Amino acid sequence: MLRVKSVRHGLLWFGFAALLLAGTAFAADTSAPASAPEAATPAAQPGSVQAVMAMAAKVAQEQAADKKKKDEEERLRGFGADWESWSPENSVADTASLERGARDFAGYCRGCHALKYMRYSRLADDLQITPAQLQKYLLPAGAKASDYITSPMPAADAQTWFGKVPPDLSLMARERGDDYLYRFLTTFFSDPSRTTGANNLQLASVAMPDVLSSLEGVKVAVFRTENKQQVFDHFVQVAPGSLSREEYLGTVRDIVNFLDYVGEPAQVQRRSLGVKVVLFLLAFTALTYLLKREYWKNIH
Amino acid sequence: MAIAVKPGDSSGPQNASQSKGLKAWLFKRLPVKEFIETQATGYYAPKNFNIWYFFGFIAMVVLVMQLLTGIFLTMFYKPGEATAFDSVEFIMREVDYGWLIRYLHSTGASAFFFVVYLHMYRAIMYGSYRAPRELLWLFGMLIYLALMAEAFMGYVLPWGNMSYWAANVIVNIFGTIPVIGPTLVEWIRGDFGIADSTLNRFFALHVVAVPLALLLLVVLHLVALRRTGSNNPDGIEIKANLGPDGHPVDGIPFHPYYSVKDTFGISVFLVIFACVVFFAPTLGGLLMEHANFGPTNPFSTPDPITPSWYFTPYYAILRAVPDQRMGALLMALSLVCFLLLPWLDRSPVKSIRYKGPLSKAFLALFTVSFLGLMYLGLQEPAGIYVTLGRLATGGYFAFFVLMPIYTRLERCKPVPDRVRFEAHA
Repeated sequence: MLRVKSVRHGLLWFGFAALLLAGTAFAADTSAPASAPEAATPAAQPGSVQAVMAMAAKVAQEQAADKKKKDEEERLRGFGADWESWSPENSVADTASLERGARDFAGYCRGCHALKYMRYSRLADDLQITPAQLQKYLLPAGAKASDYITSPMPAADAQTWFGKVPPDLSLMARERGDDYLYRFLTTFFSDPSRTTGANNLQLASVAMPDVLSSLEGVKVAVFRTENKQQVFDHFVQVAPGSLSREEYLGTVRDIVNFLDYVGEPAQVQRRSLGVKVVLFLLAFTALTYLLKREYWKNIH
Repeated sequence: MAIAVKPGDSSGPQNASQSKGLKAWLFKRLPVKEFIETQATGYYAPKNFNIWYFFGFIAMVVLVMQLLTGIFLTMFYKPGEATAFDSVEFIMREVDYGWLIRYLHSTGASAFFFVVYLHMYRAIMYGSYRAPRELLWLFGMLIYLALMAEAFMGYVLPWGNMSYWAANVIVNIFGTIPVIGPTLVEWIRGDFGIADSTLNRFFALHVVAVPLALLLLVVLHLVALRRTGSNNPDGIEIKANLGPDGHPVDGIPFHPYYSVKDTFGISVFLVIFACVVFFAPTLGGLLMEHANFGPTNPFSTPDPITPSWYFTPYYAILRAVPDQRMGALLMALSLVCFLLLPWLDRSPVKSIRYKGPLSKAFLALFTVSFLGLMYLGLQEPAGIYVTLGRLATGGYFAFFVLMPIYTRLERCKPVPDRVRFEAHA
């Protein structure tokens, strides 16, 4: 039978007990709602070093001008040959980005696409949106906070208008991946042969119209002939949108980030709990190793 | 309720009379003490177990974890083609810590196969299937087969698109059986296609029938182990060397020595397991496929259809033959080979430590072939992969089929009388 044989044994068992207590405390802590990083930025410091601030502002201005010039050059030269390697590089820990994504989803996507597994209230909890903000910016008229995010478009009408019902997007990021969604939303181009007037590199002959063109502007695709086949070469921007290219890519990144979060709302909580669990288990492993060594020192 | 032992009451067993109070009350009615004495403190295991001997115990812990998480999942999961997918998402989003329970269960399934494969490989290396442990090995193999059925039916339950198509592929394998095939497939499905009735019967089998069979087999596996005693890396019977106390001189009581050692093994396993559960529960689509996050769609076939990683060696063998019926037959034979292993091995020694160079070469060939098939089963069967798949299938079968020959031909090293053991500093 197992008995406390020595002081070292006693210490080991004490260690186990302490670890168990610590673990319980951790578990109690994590049962509170998952807290996302703070969205609010601290108040700006008063300008004590105005000269430096002014210089920084000037540098920023110059950089912005450079960027605009580069954007313009790229627009004239054409871009997009490397579209298959484009990636959003988003992070679901970035709550501000998720909030912008939620806003843009409500503005540009929800008209046709639902998130049928997602409640408005869960969104508000996770993204630190106040009930007043939720009411003002996100909830459709007559909807309750506990409602699932649905689309007002009747399925039969959608079938008539687009030839298919727009898919639910709750799990699209998990099914297709963030890169797919990002490339889909950045490779629309003008194609008069399509009834919607638009086509897409990621999803050829897509039924969805280019709904973000007011932001991105209009681009055409230039193809080259390779082995008697039409192969995409590059895009040329033919009309500007309300956003610069940089701003547009940021908007798409936010939407993709939001859909990534919606695919698995628990993922931020999952990672933070995981760090605690793994740390606990590492300490537990150290103790079980010492216990094993203590018992086995008599085996020769 | 008052629990008391009357003074002078000595009708109980001798050893029970030494304890007092509740303990005595219990021991008089249940052989707890005798059970611990025969199964733990009085069960002598060889002292030279190495790292390969952790996995049996870990497999048992994983089994318990699967049963417990499975119970909680069953409280919220709703079988049926209209409700299954939605109920899984309900678990993932609205049940408190439902995501954790589900990831523990889905990762647990892969972990189960991972440790069972290592456990089997240990037995193959050290000849643990050899007489007198043939039944122990056969019970283990039946556990493995039951586990495959359990994992396959569990994979269908979320009713994602890969669930549906994997069910189609696997069930149709039975259709290649001559004469009765088509009728058999219909009988398994309970419909003319994979449908609501299929999902519901898979649920019944997954949560009741197969777990019961698994538990029974595990008990038989352990009872058989207690009868023969554990093998060890040297493949020597420690019972052949008894000390003056009647216990094997190279044996140590399972408890406390192996109970504390296995606790350490479990801790290390749990660290790795928790890393997967919390930081990579899909492991890039290997443990949970991307296509399975879309609901079942009979009009859209996922491209490509791949089975879970633990089935891929057999899937690769199935595809190695152009003829589907022959492929299915070869796949069945690849499992039968494992069952026949105790009678294929004719070597005078058990452990690979003392077998000759031929055995070592063939074991290496088998290892490379099995891992190769595992990889190839996840790839498109095109180009060089077809040839490689056939070569690896050949390597897999050569290990078994030629075993009666090469184990008799080679020259083995002399086996020591006592196990090799070096105490750790």
